[in-house]
Amino acid sequence: MTFADWIAEPVNWAFLAMAVPMVLAALRVVTSRNVVHAALFLVLTLAASAGLFILLSAEFVAWVLVLVYIGAVIVLFLFGIMITRAPIGRETNLSHDTRWPAALASLAVLAVTLWLIIAVSQEIGGYGEPLPAVGVATATGVLGEGFINRYLIPFEAVGFVLLAALVGGVTLARKDLTPLEEEEGTRV
Amino acid sequence: MILTQFLVLGAILFSIGIYGLLSRRNAVTVLLAVELMLAAVNINLVAFEAFWTTAAAHGHIFAIFVITIAAAEVGIGLAIILLVFRNRASSNIDELDLMRW
Repeated sequence: MTFADWIAEPVNWAFLAMAVPMVLAALRVVTSRNVVHAALFLVLTLAASAGLFILLSAEFVAWVLVLVYIGAVIVLFLFGIMITRAPIGRETNLSHDTRWPAALASLAVLAVTLWLIIAVSQEIGGYGEPLPAVGVATATGVLGEGFINRYLIPFEAVGFVLLAALVGGVTLARKDLTPLEEEEGTRV
Repeated sequence: MILTQFLVLGAILFSIGIYGLLSRRNAVTVLLAVELMLAAVNINLVAFEAFWTTAAAHGHIFAIFVITIAAAEVGIGLAIILLVFRNRASSNIDELDLMRW
């Protein structure tokens, strides 16, 4: 498939309309001098990835992403930023001064991953074919059956991990009172 | 749409996340970079599901598992950052060198 064929498909315009802002927003997440802006650019990135999931006919995953990430995780992040009094305004030392080793490492990872994609696509084949599942809605019932049949034990384990994280988060973040303060607390 | 375009997008997002992970100083922004990397993994999982089209949608199920674990990780991570901030009045990870030798 040549690039001219690829760009002639209207669905790829939708892909580009989401992928390009997504990458730019991701770059702003890691370079922004303002922590709140970084968190809000992460919202843009995740919203674009939810749009890509809908393009890939993964509607349920897309809405789970919107509910869990954009609804809950970002709010948690904003609370964390406010509570730790992270610099809300522009801040100069949010990143290290020497950034080139980090840039070098990330470019090396990118190069190795792209090389792997090319090597494996030649091995398996079909990477350049149109994706078969696109345009066919995924029945959410299939996901539900998967969760309570084949993936029952991982599902329960993940639920337990969430409970442990909840209890652990509360235990870590609550303020421990000194014995004197506790005594005063019971007296009142 | 072909599979390669999603894999390349995932690779780009993942390396941006690695850059943020290594170059950021503030602990909250390091967690934001980790979220970027997890988003890249999710794109790969869903794209491969569209490529293989398994009967039980294994790719979607694993993407939901990743989202769940990421939520737990953010909760615990922010609690730890809060605790460190309360004890040391700083969320700069360069200053957390207590266990370095």
